[in-house]
Amino acid sequence: MPTFVYMTRCDGCGHCVDICPSDIMHIDKKYRRALNIEPNMCWECYSCVKACPHQAIDVRGYADFAPLGHSVRVIRDEEKGTIAWKIKFRDGREKNFLSPITTKPWGSTIPDFRNEAEPTAEARNSELLAFEPESIRLDDGGLHTLESNNLELIEGVYY
Amino acid sequence: MSYKTIIEDNIDILVVGAGLGGTGAAYEARHWGRDKKVIIAEKANIDRSGAVAQGLYAINCYMGTRWGENNPEDHVRYARMDLMGMVREDLAFDMARHVDSAVHKFEEWGLPLMKDPKRAELPEGDLGKGAYMREGRWQIMIHGESYKPIVAEAAKVNADKTFNRIMVTHLLMDDAQDNRVAGAVGFNVRTGNYHVFKSKTVVVGAGGASNIFKPRSVGEGAGRVWYAPWSSGSAYGLLIEAGAKMTQMENRIVLARFKDGYGPVGAYFLHLKTYTQNAYGDEYESKWFPELAERVGKAYLDTENQHFSHKPIPTCLRNHAFISEVAAGRGPIHMVTVEAFQDPHLEEVGWENFLGMTVGQAVLWAATDIDPKYINPELTTSEPYVMGSHATGCGAWCSGPEDISGKIPEYFWGYNRMTTVDGLFGAGDSVGGTPHAFSSGSFTEGRLSAKAACKYIDDGKAEGINVSQKQIDDRKEQIFKPLETYTVGRNEIVGGTVSPSYILPFPGLQRLQKLMDEYAGGVTVQYMTNDKLLNMGLHKLKILEEDLEKVGAEDIHQLLRAWELKHRHRTSECVVHHTLFREETRWPGYYYRGDKMKLDDENWHVLTTSQRDRSTGEYKMEKQPLYHLVGDAEK
Ligand SMILES: Cc1cc2nc3c(=O)[nH]c(=O)nc-3n(C[C@H](O)[C@H](O)[C@H](O)COP(=O)(O)OP(=O)(O)OC[C@H]3O[C@@H](n4cnc5c(N)ncnc54)[C@H](O)[C@@H]3O)c2cc1C
Ligand code: SF4
Ligand code: SF4
Repeated sequence: MPTFVYMTRCDGCGHCVDICPSDIMHIDKKYRRALNIEPNMCWECYSCVKACPHQAIDVRGYADFAPLGHSVRVIRDEEKGTIAWKIKFRDGREKNFLSPITTKPWGSTIPDFRNEAEPTAEARNSELLAFEPESIRLDDGGLHTLESNNLELIEGVYY
Repeated sequence: MSYKTIIEDNIDILVVGAGLGGTGAAYEARHWGRDKKVIIAEKANIDRSGAVAQGLYAINCYMGTRWGENNPEDHVRYARMDLMGMVREDLAFDMARHVDSAVHKFEEWGLPLMKDPKRAELPEGDLGKGAYMREGRWQIMIHGESYKPIVAEAAKVNADKTFNRIMVTHLLMDDAQDNRVAGAVGFNVRTGNYHVFKSKTVVVGAGGASNIFKPRSVGEGAGRVWYAPWSSGSAYGLLIEAGAKMTQMENRIVLARFKDGYGPVGAYFLHLKTYTQNAYGDEYESKWFPELAERVGKAYLDTENQHFSHKPIPTCLRNHAFISEVAAGRGPIHMVTVEAFQDPHLEEVGWENFLGMTVGQAVLWAATDIDPKYINPELTTSEPYVMGSHATGCGAWCSGPEDISGKIPEYFWGYNRMTTVDGLFGAGDSVGGTPHAFSSGSFTEGRLSAKAACKYIDDGKAEGINVSQKQIDDRKEQIFKPLETYTVGRNEIVGGTVSPSYILPFPGLQRLQKLMDEYAGGVTVQYMTNDKLLNMGLHKLKILEEDLEKVGAEDIHQLLRAWELKHRHRTSECVVHHTLFREETRWPGYYYRGDKMKLDDENWHVLTTSQRDRSTGEYKMEKQPLYHLVGDAEK
């Protein structure tokens, strides 16, 4: 398949269409629900599965090597900052996993440079990037250079 | 066609493709260009686009200079050994000296970096090897399911506007001055609208190429490749067409991966300490090294002294052992997991590694009742990929930073990471000669490009850019032609997909893959090729190019596929030219030149470059000098 959509769960909201990196989740014109239009271009990346508010999307392993009867389900909770997985083997065994996805509330920590002090002319003319050199070593040490590390370019060879 | 033309004018920095490289560029551009107009044009949705769409379980490039672990030159030594001598050491050093600052920012933004409990308890000064959980000397472990949305946030906050779902098909060239970029064009894959971005500089971060060689997966499963199926080689296609000089395009990568699911093996080898054996339970790798050492020489594979010197064995040579053992009839190769997986912590790491990065592998094991705690899973070698940020260095020939490369004319023309086209910069997969950058290094390269692009503009280099209406109109006609071709041709036939006057994108892709596989050294020929095969391949690629003029697209989605195919085709052509030019087998295990099996340091300890003439389509091949800035003494 590899992703497919359960008819009774999907309400056609389009979140999966918005997110699929392969542009293959589309809304079917007749049913007004989502479907995977090009299974052979699906990476099973689960981006659409994670984005669906109704858990309407599932994955069935690729037909060229995966037998039927398994499932890998996921719930990604942005507020709690966690992701939960449930793996069901073909023979019925189960495994469950839970991991963090972020340690900070979304959208709270990225600086908008427009609100920060302008970089100095000296920084502009140097090899430093934003917040450097402090952000490299978190001390007063400067940026590594050929001189600081006792390196020299050795002549190249043409043949 | 009745699609609207939408023009975005006066852009200072246009970021094409916002994966890890592009997001780094958009973020940094704002820091150095407060007043500059920064625009992103991305094929998918930047929250989940590119190679990191699923997430990653490790950051593979982190020096740990903060903890006294590694200096940039150590990384140069490592990357150079892995690539059998061939890297742009100036660029590699430059990336490595900045990369830690990106990783520290990711942590600040909320990316959960795993901590080593044993080390984290030690007082600051005694941290020794550092508090982050090390997977290996260069890798640290993360809970990276949301890696991409987190870095996308940094780009979105700082760009003026993000255009999602724009397939960029061509770069615009300046009509006033030869060899200067002036923006890009493409179309919106939802509305079909034609988008024109007029820009003073462009940073291309449009990702590497999967699916140019026939994949091992077939039919419905054809999308199950290791590098994402949406990595359509646009980074190369766009640059080659614009006339940028390319390097290392012969250095395609083949990876050892878990069979069928392509689950990465890094965490398994490094953190879980698993190992491989053949079908009969024997260690096989070292058996192949003496024969191989004859071919590549002691500098790259010192069979007797390896465990004193601790020089890493190049990835391609380990592939060679794998491929040879299977060819000798002792496959499949297994990963021995049953020992490590008895430890519940390691078992959890083993599974979460896939869930956070390659879910398809977990799906496969669930479907086939393979629990690695009880069964040692099979490994395989993948089809080849072309990319410049993993353990390979394909991409554009770029200028280095002034303080390192300033005295070398072949490596320096003023602006860091600028290609040989003025105002055109690269990041991540698109920059050649900088392998082992991975996710963090790609982000870093984006930052370096953006800073240099700001300087380029401030120095007045982008003055007087002019894009003629003719260029805009011609590109529009060209872009939408596949829709026209289909509409006209469709009326000749009753229905179906078979037509005498067009081919659809998917069969076109299959034809490309078949010929690359058979003539340029793919899996079905055991990665073997030679001058005769490569020349035949070039001939067939030429004919395919003629047919691609007649590619048909039924709708906008297929138009996307049509242009991805054209970028893949251009990338493939460049790969074949390079493979033909380098008359030796530099990387046995990635590919073999059957007519030149020996590594030939006397004639080929050099980098290769190509340049495609914009008007004639001819390729000019050259050797470039390899400057070393780091001695051999291993630390
Ligand atoms: C399965 C897997 C595991 C990996 N494991 C690790 C790991 O553990 N640690 C690590 O550090 N790295 C890892 N990597 C490597 C890492 O992901 C890449 O090195 C990095 O993402 C490359 O960055 P990039 O910006 O060059 O390309 P990408 O991140 O792929 O970005 C390319 C962007 O360009 C866009 N694009 C493409 N074509 C066009 C076009 N024509 N027009 C507009 N936009 C376009 C794409 O949609 C995408 O957003 C892994 C990769 C894969 C696939
Ligand atoms: S799994 Fe990924 S590639 Fe497949 S349909 Fe969903 S989002 Fe698209
Ligand atoms: S996100 Fe879920 S509910 Fe919304 S369209 Fe997609 S499948 Fe249907």
